[in-house]
Amino acid sequence: MAHFVDRRLNPKDKSLGNRRRFLKRVRAQVKKAVNETVNKRRVADVDRGESVSIPADGISEPSFHYAREGGRRERVFTGNKDYRAGDRIDKPRSGGGGRGRQGAAEGEGEDDFLFVLSRDEFLDIFFEDLELPDLIKRSLKEIKTTRTQRAGFTVTGSPANISVKRTMSNALGRRLALNRPSEREVRDLREQIFALEKVSRPTKKQREELKRLHDELETMLRRQRVIGYIDPLDVRYNYFVQKPEPNAKAVMFCLMDVSASMGEREKELAKRFFVLLHLFLSRRYDKIELVFIRHTHDASEVDEDTFFYSRETGGTVVSTALVEMKKIVDQRYPASEWNIYAAQASDGENFSGDSARCADLLLSQLMPLCQYFAYIEIVDEEEARLINSEANGMELWRAYRGVAAKLGNFAMKRIARPADIYPVFRELFARRSEGAENG
Amino acid sequence: MAKRPRKPELLFEGSDWDFDMLQRTTEAIEEIALQDLGLNVYTNQIEIISSEQMLDAYSSIGMPLMYRHWSFGKHFLHHERLYRKGMRGLAYEIVINSNPCISYCMEENTMALQALVIAHAAFGHNHFFKNNHLFLQWTDADGVLDYLSYARGFIAQCEERHGVDEVEAILDSAHALMPNGVFRRRRPPRLSLREEEERRLERIRAEEEAVHYLWDTLPRRGAGSVAADRERLERKREMHLPEENILYFLEHYSPILRPWQREIIRIVRNIGQYFYPQKQTKLMNEGCACFVHYYIMNELHRSGRINDGAMLEVLHNHSNVLTQPDFDDPRYGGINPYALGFAMMQDIRRICEEPGEEDIEWFPDIAGCGDWRRVLKDAWANYRDESFIQQFLSPTVMRHFKMFSLVDDASKPFYAVSHIHDERGFRELRDSLAREYDVAVADTDIQVVDVDLLGDRWLKLRSVKRNGVPLEPADRDATLLHLRRLWGYKVEIEEISEGASLAS
Repeated sequence: MAHFVDRRLNPKDKSLGNRRRFLKRVRAQVKKAVNETVNKRRVADVDRGESVSIPADGISEPSFHYAREGGRRERVFTGNKDYRAGDRIDKPRSGGGGRGRQGAAEGEGEDDFLFVLSRDEFLDIFFEDLELPDLIKRSLKEIKTTRTQRAGFTVTGSPANISVKRTMSNALGRRLALNRPSEREVRDLREQIFALEKVSRPTKKQREELKRLHDELETMLRRQRVIGYIDPLDVRYNYFVQKPEPNAKAVMFCLMDVSASMGEREKELAKRFFVLLHLFLSRRYDKIELVFIRHTHDASEVDEDTFFYSRETGGTVVSTALVEMKKIVDQRYPASEWNIYAAQASDGENFSGDSARCADLLLSQLMPLCQYFAYIEIVDEEEARLINSEANGMELWRAYRGVAAKLGNFAMKRIARPADIYPVFRELFARRSEGAENG
Repeated sequence: MAKRPRKPELLFEGSDWDFDMLQRTTEAIEEIALQDLGLNVYTNQIEIISSEQMLDAYSSIGMPLMYRHWSFGKHFLHHERLYRKGMRGLAYEIVINSNPCISYCMEENTMALQALVIAHAAFGHNHFFKNNHLFLQWTDADGVLDYLSYARGFIAQCEERHGVDEVEAILDSAHALMPNGVFRRRRPPRLSLREEEERRLERIRAEEEAVHYLWDTLPRRGAGSVAADRERLERKREMHLPEENILYFLEHYSPILRPWQREIIRIVRNIGQYFYPQKQTKLMNEGCACFVHYYIMNELHRSGRINDGAMLEVLHNHSNVLTQPDFDDPRYGGINPYALGFAMMQDIRRICEEPGEEDIEWFPDIAGCGDWRRVLKDAWANYRDESFIQQFLSPTVMRHFKMFSLVDDASKPFYAVSHIHDERGFRELRDSLAREYDVAVADTDIQVVDVDLLGDRWLKLRSVKRNGVPLEPADRDATLLHLRRLWGYKVEIEEISEGASLAS
């Protein structure tokens, strides 16, 4: 007698624990692979899950077994076509080929081990050395945020949500409509009865009157009993719905100095900076457009690949990028329709005299349009140790400090390691609670 | 054989299934399995699971309860990727040798496929598990789920007490030696869960009470050569050396392991031992299940209980699983045990019912006897792959598969075709194929031969090369490192040729 068990509703992910253990074991290799992916991918695509390939040596499961080569061995095959006993077949020259297919079962062999990370796992590893606070990590991983909003009244709900006002007014209306005797009417009637009963020798008329009043009182009381003061029908509850945060369109400008002084390391750091801002924005806005502006002594809008990978020579005039950005905003992204964010990365060098112009441009033209402007100056680790004061720095840094002092939505930071990036955004993330008006 | 006359009534139509249908169909299948074929099965427990759960089951070697280890996660990721990319389908079922016999069926299967899978796993495999002498001797179907749950609990407890990393290290090493942790000749005593637990506590107590001479570093006697020799022999006798079960040896004699570590090794060893019969009966087990499902589905169709559409779907899946590509086909991955097992069993039936002259010469005791059910059940109960091939592989099947054998000698620049499917080659081919399926030949032959306990505690192993085939060097060295971790002192392996003197 067989019996059936339906296990489909049992908790899934029974092997999640094993999966985590495995990822922990290969942490270092996976991290390397993730970092390579981040560098390789477009800013907007970074948070997709990823197929990761890691070298198999850290995770091989060895055991004693016979080698595939050497010695004498005999095997039986199927599908003989025209061989006869005693035939000879030349061995393939360079290994592989021929019977090589029999080898390399899973786990053996030199091949890399390939597997897919989920989005969460991928972001966990990406966030690792950015040193984000946990709360922010979690909120960045959330795809949608919602807000509780009033949405009228409902007839069911929890007692905590009862709407007293609405309930009472419903009750009143119903009592009026059904003509429920009020407490005052009852009291008046009782007083009349009382007065009549006080009469020591009532006339016949008075006796009849008293009887009538008694009947009337009884009717009233019965009506009161039948028609409740508050009926379950009257009760209303406040109703709330989870509304997605108002999403709107945003545009993110990535500005970067691409003169020769920006090396691979600087660009990688910058990319992380852009990715983080994009992740943050993608949580809040439905649609995000990315604009990449690179500059040397001259600025131009380019596509992402050119932005990160092509090299340019020339001097450095930062203000050109700001002018270009203003031009693009005017042409395509009216501030009334778009939330404008900008992230600028540079090594801090600028054509002498240009920095004041940058500050001026920002203050007078760009900042009134921008929701937020973040600037990072990428420095060497040693340099970072030497420059210990915020006030010191090159011309551009000093000029921007003036802007930052005047405006709350301008953030700037010197960065030498990935861990330094987050503080730039601290304010941006902190403004989450009051951020609704941005939407 | 069923006496009860019944009007042919379809068990199901279309591809959707529900639990009533499953129940009805299983009853019909059971009737044929028990009354017609005369199978003897454990009570069935059939569990319906989703594809995700099937992936989970895959990764923990098919067992429903398994302790946690990263290697299972690795297998999960591997299977998941292949599955998501559509490179590989999932198995339709997994069946566990336990009492009651648990089979997992996927919810995505169509009704026809469910019927096929139930006939295959819940009756075919189930009968094999319950009757084959290897499973009866080496595994304990009643206790396996209890034991696994005990193992899982014990290892989780160790992780809490000693840290995940430390437990993982022991498991890594024990897994590496798992193939060398089975008794191949000696039958292990059968213990209930409680006895198991009592014995564990007793072992720990005994070990703590009596200080073993391994720990005793004081030299007792002078190193007189004759006396020392005699003492060495005596010690080896006492430790039952040589010992082929390396995990067993480590569990009992390793000088550095703590009691909980010994217990973990014991768990890994027991699980390895549980799977040992499966390795030796792959061909027969699958052949038996395929034969049973093929017979039952055909019976159902013949008696009008499933329609042509369902039967076609069954046959389509049947032939997909039972394809045997030729050796020069890119899909060739060795001989398909499903195909060969099924072909051999169908052939036994043919020999019993309508033998040719050749069959009478080859199989005088069964040819034409007519009672193929008895012959097959006898084979399922008393053979393993190697002996089954040796006994029952007929010229017809060899011809059908167009078998030939190749000799690969490392010293020669060519492969030689040694035998083909002709009159002169049949017997040699059969011997050769049987040897391939003989675990005693396919598995490594490694034994602990000596350890100088009072001296440097140098553990010496000996591996016998078969036909001059050495151990895979990279994996050998990696595994030796694991062995060294469990032993604590120097470990050495010596590879000798077959037939060399075994005196130490």
